[in-house]
Amino acid sequence: SDQLLIKGGKIVNDDQSFYADVYVEDGLIKQIGEKLSVPDGTKTIDAYGQIVLPGGIDVHTRLQMPVMGMTSADDFYQGTKAALAGGTTMIIDHVCTDAGTSLLAAYEQWRGSADSQACCDYSLHVDVPRWHESLKEELEALVKDKGVNSFLVFMAYKDKLQCSDAQMYEIFCTIRDLGAIAQVHAENGDIIDEEQKRLLELGITGPEGHVLSRPEEVEAEAVYRAITIAKQANCPLYVTKVMSRGAADVLAQAKRKGTVVYGEPITASLGTDGSHYWSKNWAKAAAFVTSPPISPDPTTPDHLTSLLSCGDLQVTGSAHCTFTTAQKAVGKDNFTLIPEGTNGVEERMSIIWEKCVVPGKMDENDFVAVTSTNAAKIFNCYPRKGRVAVGSDADLVLWNPKATKIISAKTHHLNVEYNIFEGTECRGVPTVVISRGKVVLEDNTLSVTPGAGRFVPRKTFPDFVYKRIKARNRLAEVHGVPRGLYDGPVHEVIAATKAVAPAPASRIAPCAGKAQAPPVRNLHQSGFSLSGSQADDHIARRTAQKIIAPPGGRSNITSLS
Amino acid sequence: PGSARRHDMLDGGDNYSETASDISEVSGSVISSPGDREDKTPGVEIRYPMGKELLQGQDNGQSDRLLIKGGRIINDDHSFYADLYLEDGIIKQIGENLIVPGGVKTIEANGRMVIPGGIDVNTYLQKPYQGMTAVDDFYQGTKAALAGGTTMIIDHVLPEPGSSLLTSFEKWHEAADTKSCCDYSLHVDITSWYDGIREELEILVQDKGVNSFQVYMAYKDLYQMSDSQLYEAFTFLKSLGAVILVHAENGDLIAQEQKRILEMGITGPEGHALSRPEELEAEAVFRAITIASRINCPVYITKVMSKSAADIIALARKKGPLVFGEPITASLGTDGTHYWSKNWAKAAAFVTSPPLSPDPTTPDHLNSLLACGDLQVTGSGHCPYSTAQKAVGKDNFTMIPEGVNGIEERMTVVWDKAVATGKMDESQFVAVTSTNAAKIFNLYPRKGRIAVGSDADVVIWDPDKVKTITAKSHKSAVEYNIFEGMECHGAPLVVISQGKIVFEDGNLHVNKGMGRFIPRKPFPEYLYQRIKIRNKVGGLQGVSRGMYDGPVYEIPATPKYATPAPSTKSSPAKNQPPPIRNLHQSNFSLSGAQIDDNNPRRTGHRIVAPPGGRSNITSLG
Repeated sequence: SDQLLIKGGKIVNDDQSFYADVYVEDGLIKQIGEKLSVPDGTKTIDAYGQIVLPGGIDVHTRLQMPVMGMTSADDFYQGTKAALAGGTTMIIDHVCTDAGTSLLAAYEQWRGSADSQACCDYSLHVDVPRWHESLKEELEALVKDKGVNSFLVFMAYKDKLQCSDAQMYEIFCTIRDLGAIAQVHAENGDIIDEEQKRLLELGITGPEGHVLSRPEEVEAEAVYRAITIAKQANCPLYVTKVMSRGAADVLAQAKRKGTVVYGEPITASLGTDGSHYWSKNWAKAAAFVTSPPISPDPTTPDHLTSLLSCGDLQVTGSAHCTFTTAQKAVGKDNFTLIPEGTNGVEERMSIIWEKCVVPGKMDENDFVAVTSTNAAKIFNCYPRKGRVAVGSDADLVLWNPKATKIISAKTHHLNVEYNIFEGTECRGVPTVVISRGKVVLEDNTLSVTPGAGRFVPRKTFPDFVYKRIKARNRLAEVHGVPRGLYDGPVHEVIAATKAVAPAPASRIAPCAGKAQAPPVRNLHQSGFSLSGSQADDHIARRTAQKIIAPPGGRSNITSLS
Repeated sequence: PGSARRHDMLDGGDNYSETASDISEVSGSVISSPGDREDKTPGVEIRYPMGKELLQGQDNGQSDRLLIKGGRIINDDHSFYADLYLEDGIIKQIGENLIVPGGVKTIEANGRMVIPGGIDVNTYLQKPYQGMTAVDDFYQGTKAALAGGTTMIIDHVLPEPGSSLLTSFEKWHEAADTKSCCDYSLHVDITSWYDGIREELEILVQDKGVNSFQVYMAYKDLYQMSDSQLYEAFTFLKSLGAVILVHAENGDLIAQEQKRILEMGITGPEGHALSRPEELEAEAVFRAITIASRINCPVYITKVMSKSAADIIALARKKGPLVFGEPITASLGTDGTHYWSKNWAKAAAFVTSPPLSPDPTTPDHLNSLLACGDLQVTGSGHCPYSTAQKAVGKDNFTMIPEGVNGIEERMTVVWDKAVATGKMDESQFVAVTSTNAAKIFNLYPRKGRIAVGSDADVVIWDPDKVKTITAKSHKSAVEYNIFEGMECHGAPLVVISQGKIVFEDGNLHVNKGMGRFIPRKPFPEYLYQRIKIRNKVGGLQGVSRGMYDGPVYEIPATPKYATPAPSTKSSPAKNQPPPIRNLHQSNFSLSGAQIDDNNPRRTGHRIVAPPGGRSNITSLG
C-alpha cells in the first residue's frame, strides 16, 4: 500500500532525536507526531526499540563503470539493490567518459542505464577529463538543464584524465561562476607514473606495486595543491576518496585556515587498511586495488574516523566500483593494468556505526550527519533528502543498534567473489528500509524493482557551500596603487632579446599542458614567440636614456630619498 | 662594553706579545669603530712590522703573514680565546704563545669576536634579463660582499633556455675569474631539460667542481619544469651526488593570476606581490618535498620568503625528509608592504621572486625558525637592477626585472634580527651565515671554520657597532637599497680574505680577479651519509606468489582506453622546450596493443571456473 505508519521509534536527525510516529503517503513524509490520525488500511511498522534515520546517501559510486573495454561488475540494478540492503536510499554516481567524447552524450548514456535499472533514487556527478574551452558550454548546459551541480577533475592518470594546474584553475573558475561543486581526485599523476615505471623495472608486478607506486605523500601533495588552486580561484573544493592520514591532515589544516573545503573518506578507508596488498593470495590482494590506495598504515581507519567525528571530514561515500577476480586478473602480470575499485555501497552505514558510534566517537546525530544530511546539504538536495521532516522524501531506515551482522561475500548482494571487509563484525544493522515510501527491506527480505529509482536533479549555488564564497567574492577585489606616471629613465631593451617575453605573453597556453587532447589542435598555436616583439609593443615608449638622470633633475615620483 | 674577562685578556696581552719578538712598537694606525666610543672597549689595532718587511709590505698594505692576537674565536660549536696565525692564505696555528716568524703584521683584536668569513650561498651577479645584466657584476658584487663580512659567494649560472649548461658555466667562470675579489663557487641552474643534458651534468660534477643545480617550478613556458621532469632531474642529480636546489613557486597559477591582475588594470609593482601570493610558494615547496622524499634525495629550497613556506619545511623536517631552507637577507630584514609604495621606483626595487611577503610578521618568524634550526642557511639572492632597468616594466609589472640587494647587508641583518634580539647566540650565527653552507655544499672544513689548515677567510666582528644602511654609503651600484634607513647592530671591523686584509676601517683593499674558483666535490657527507643508509634500508621487495592461474577476463579487441600509464615515457609535459620536438611523438595509442602483448596470454575463460576446481592461490576462502 502507499500509506505507511511507523510507530514507536526514536527519530534521529542530525540536530536532535525525539520519539514520534511517522506517517508516509505517496512517497513523502506527511505527518510526524504522536497519535496521528491515519486512513484505514495503513500498513503499520513497529519500530519499538529502534531508531528511525533519514536514509543514507552514498555520494560516490561508480556503477556500470567502463574500464578498458570492461564494465564494473555491479551495474545500477545490482549496485542499488546492495545499497538499499545496507540502508542507503540514494546514490550519486559518477559519469566518467573518455577524453574527447561529449559530456552531454555521456550524461544521457548514464541516465539511460540508471533510469531503467536503479532501484533507489540517484543523482549524477560528471567527471571532466581534460579541459578545453568548448567544455565550458557543456558544463553550463549540464548545470542549467540537466540538474548536475558537481564536477570531478583528475590530478592523476597521466596522459589520460589528468589536468594540469592551469587547467584546473580554469575549470575551478568556470565551476565557481556556475555555482557548482568542484571535486578532485587528488593524487600526483606525474610522480605515480614515474614510480610505476621504477617498480615495474624492479620486477614488482603484483598488487603490492599498486600501493608502493602511490604512497600517501603523493595523495597529500595533490590535496594541498588542489586546495591552493581552489583558494586562488575562490571555488569550493570537495576532495573525493580521502584515503590516508596525510591527506586528511592537510584538509583539516586548510579548514582551520578558512578554506571552503570538504573531504570524503570512503567505506574502505574507514573500515580496513592496505596491509592486504601484501597478501599471498593474488586474488585477495587485487580485490583491494583502488586509487588512491588504501593506506598500509593500520592506524589510518582510526584516525579518519576521529576526523570524521570532529567535523574535519564531513561526508562518506563508498566509491563502489567492483570487478570480479577474472576482471582484476587482466593485470595479473602488471599491477598497473588491474582495474581499480572496491566494494562498499552495502557496508558503508554499518561500518561507520561500528567504527564511530559503537566506540563512542560520535553520537547517533553525528552519524546521520556524516552518512546523509551533510551530503544532502553540500549537493543541494536538503531538506528533500537527509532529514526526517514533514514534506521530505520518505527515504527512511529503521536501524537496530543491538543487532549484529558479519560481513561476508557469501551473504552480500554483490556480483563479486571477494568482499574487502570479509569477516568484519558490525553492531548496528538496518532492519527495515523504506525507499520513496515503499518498504524495500523487511525481515531480511529485499523486494526491489529495477527502474523504481528516479533521477534527483540538483540546483546550483547550494547555500551550505556558496554563502561564504559569495561573501568572499565581494571582499576579494584587489586595487592597484594610484601613482603618477613613471617618467624617469628607462633602460633600453636591446631589440633582438634572446630571452623570451615573460609569462603574460603566453596566454593560458590552451592545453600545452600535461595532457594533450587527442584532437591535436593548438599545439603550434601559442603565445611563444622568438621575435623581439614584446607584450607592450603597442604602448608608445619613451626613447630610453641609459641611467643618466633626465635634464632638469628628477621628478619627485622617482626621487630616491 | 667590555667584560672583565676581556680586560684580563688585554692586560695579559703584553706578556705573550713578546713571543713575536720583532714587533717593537705600535706603528700602524689605530682602527676604532665610529669615533663616539672612546670610553668603550678599545678598537682593533693593526701593527706593522719594522724594517725590510715594512718597505715590502707597505706598498699594498698586504702581507702574507698575519697574526691576530687576543681575539675570541667563534666556531659553530664553541668559542674560545686564542691567537691566530695566518700564512699563505691558510690558518697555520691557533693557540696561545704562538711561535711565529719575524716580520709579521699583527692585529690586536682586543677580545673581539673572530669568526669564519660569511658564505653567501645565493647571488646572481651576472643574471641576464632581456639583454640587460644586473648592475652589480662580479667585481662590484664581491666588493660589497667583502665590505659586509662575506668572504665567499656561490653564484648562480643561469643559462638561457636551450643553450648548453657547459658553455654558460664557462662564460660565468671566465667572468668571475677576471672580476671576482673573493673566493667563489658556482651553482648551475637547469633552465630546460633537454637531450644530452645528462652528459653535461656529469661533466660539470666530475670535472668542473659543480655539485649543486637549481631547478625551477615557476616561470611558465620559460624555465618551469613539470613534475615528471622534476622527478627525472632529481633522480639523475641524486645519482651524481649533487645538491638539488629548487625555486619553489607554482608557475601555472602565477601565469593565471598575472593575466587576471593585468586584466583588472593593475600594472604597478603591487601586482607582482598580488599575483604571487605566499600560498603558491608554500604549495610548490610541499610538492618539491614530496617528489624528493619519493626519490629519497636531499632537497634545498632557495629563497624562503614566507611564513607558510617556512612552516612547510619545518613540518617536513619533522617527518624525516632531508630538506634545507634558505631565507635571504630581504625576507629576514624587511617585508613586502613596500610594494604598495606611492614611489614607483621604490616599490619596483623590492621586486623579486618569490616576492617579499606583505605580512609584516614574516621576518620575525623566519628569524625564529633560523634560530631553532628549521631553516639552516642564509643567502642574499643579490641581483639588483638600476631604477632605469626596473623601469622596463613601468607599464607592466611582469616585465620588471627581478632581484634585490642584500649581499653586503646579510651578516649585519642576521646579527641585528637574530643575535641582538637574543634568538640565537654567536655560534649559531656562525652556523647560519657560514658553517652550514660550507657543510651542505661540501666546502667544510676548508671554509666555514676557524681551524688549522682552513682557508684564512676570517672576520673580526664588532657586535656593538651600529650601522645605518643607506644607498649613500653602500658598495652596490644600485640607487636604491631595500633596507634604506635600517639601523643595525653588529658589523665587521676587519675582513681577511685568503689571508689578506681586504677591509679595515671602512676601507676596501681589493684587486679585481683575486678571488679563486673553489671546486666542490659531489656527495657531501652532511647530506649523503643519511641518504646512503636510507637507500640501503629502503629497498623495495615484491611478494613472491605462485602464478595466478585463475580465469582472466578477455578484453574486447578494441578497448576504448589507451594503454595505461607505464607506457608513457618521460613525457613532453607542461613546458615544451623551444625546439618543438616530440609533440607528435607520444606513446598514446588508440590501437589495441597492450604493454604485455609480448607475454603469451592464456586464452581467457570468462568467469567460468577452470575444470578441476580452483587452485589454492586463487581460492576465496
